[in-house]
Amino acid sequence: MDRLEYSTPTLKESETVISREQNVRLYDGHQKTSFEGGEIMLTSHRLLWGHREALTLNQICLSLSLKLVIYAEEESSSFSFSRSRKVILYLNEPHSDKNEGPQVRSTFNFIKLSFREGYRTDIVGHINETISLKKWEIVTVPSIKLRTGIVGIERSIQEKQKATKESISVAFQDLSKLMTMAKDMVQLSRLISNKIREKQGNVTEDETVQFKSYLLSLGIDDPVTRDTFSTEDQYFSNLAVQVSEIVKQPLEDAGGLLPLIDAFCRVNRARGLELLSPEDFLASCRQMERHNLYLKLHTFKSGVMVLRLASLSNEHVVNNTLELIEEKGSLSAEELAKLLGISVMLAKERLLTCEEYGVACRDDCIEGLRFYPNLFLKDL
Amino acid sequence: MPDNTAMEWPWQYQFPPFFTLQPHTETRTRQLSTWHNLVLDYFRTTRQYKLDLGEAQRLALFNNTEINRKCDREFILIILEELEKTKNSAPLDKTRNRWEIYWHTLQEWADIIYSYIVNRGATGSVLTFYELTHGDDVTEEEFKGMDDNILLKVLRVLEEQRKCTVMLYDDQQGVKFF
Repeated sequence: MDRLEYSTPTLKESETVISREQNVRLYDGHQKTSFEGGEIMLTSHRLLWGHREALTLNQICLSLSLKLVIYAEEESSSFSFSRSRKVILYLNEPHSDKNEGPQVRSTFNFIKLSFREGYRTDIVGHINETISLKKWEIVTVPSIKLRTGIVGIERSIQEKQKATKESISVAFQDLSKLMTMAKDMVQLSRLISNKIREKQGNVTEDETVQFKSYLLSLGIDDPVTRDTFSTEDQYFSNLAVQVSEIVKQPLEDAGGLLPLIDAFCRVNRARGLELLSPEDFLASCRQMERHNLYLKLHTFKSGVMVLRLASLSNEHVVNNTLELIEEKGSLSAEELAKLLGISVMLAKERLLTCEEYGVACRDDCIEGLRFYPNLFLKDL
Repeated sequence: MPDNTAMEWPWQYQFPPFFTLQPHTETRTRQLSTWHNLVLDYFRTTRQYKLDLGEAQRLALFNNTEINRKCDREFILIILEELEKTKNSAPLDKTRNRWEIYWHTLQEWADIIYSYIVNRGATGSVLTFYELTHGDDVTEEEFKGMDDNILLKVLRVLEEQRKCTVMLYDDQQGVKFF
């Protein structure tokens, strides 16, 4: 009896009425209770007991969740002359989150329904069938979000993240498609440009120029890619040649020294697609010296790597820098960088090279590191 | 503060890199040898015998306020250790904080003092430490005003050569030259 709780006969979502019986009295175990002459209503979720008006007018009635019912059986009665029939409902332990009910505690773990006038439908069968269906376990997704509080916020954030994740992965799907397409595009454009060359007569000069400019804006028209070559060595050699071509102009503009990172960015920007990995780039730069290109990889003592014009020797750099130092009296890396329009890192490397050659000396004070002409050794 | 007016500074003293230890080997050698000479020069001119590393940066020697440069502590220690190599300095404690500076090495001092004694014909006589460093007869000598501890070290060198014997009583410190 303690499993029963006060409730209204209002049907919940997806709850359906299965059958109704009249004139029912409730028993707590074997004991009669004062709940008599009521009507029971079996729904897919609950068993309701109440007076006729209560059930029809949606007033308070007693409710037993079918979750708690193990099974129902009819009590075999010895008094066959009576029309009264009893049904026993064996019950599970009550849930702790149960609403208030008519009885707080009960020693029995079953209740009896006593049908004074028998029953019209096969109520026992209905109950057992409904229990086995377990409709209450089928959770329908609520259409309206009523979640509030921290949990609600957290859930909504989670949902947003999920959505973002999905949209990102969709976006990248497109990107990889674009990449595969781009390769074809480049091939196609090369084909077309070849055809144009063949039939130069049919196409006007303007159109050829225009088409070429389109190709250029796509990047290099023929990037050196790994799969074109059979061996790594060959690949790197060819790459080295291409890199040296791309970097030539900026290298000269920068005064013969270009940080490897800058060169790497420039090369990859020029390639547009078919990007180089840093490892491949470095490997190709290491090959430069071997191929007698006009630039080579140079590593400063500090570990900073630069591409340098092969014609540019250390002595050359030292002399140029020393001239500047002597002209200004003393120089910090920042000042030299400003003077030459190069990066501070490179300027510092130049000054350190001068020091290494013994033509400059350092002054490390609070204002920073400055370099002076090496008067210690000049004095002699 | 010692008197710096008599000091003649070398050109390097006005050169900011002089106050930074140079990493280039050859440059550093040249720089340290300049420091070596400058330090001894300074101590001779200002008649100092001792240096506390904690206060060294206050000396004009290591701190040129004109160009706003000074040697850091580590650099001064390197200079002192450089002096130690030529026996021109010696640390007084294990932490190498307090130093004695010998603008003449102890051996050189011993020779100077002994030749002074010989010249005066004072062999065989007994002199107190005070007479030897603050007496009226030594006002023109280089060892005038010498620190007693250093004097003792110098005399010990002579003692080893059997040229004198040091006599130490409670308050009286004397020496007899042979």
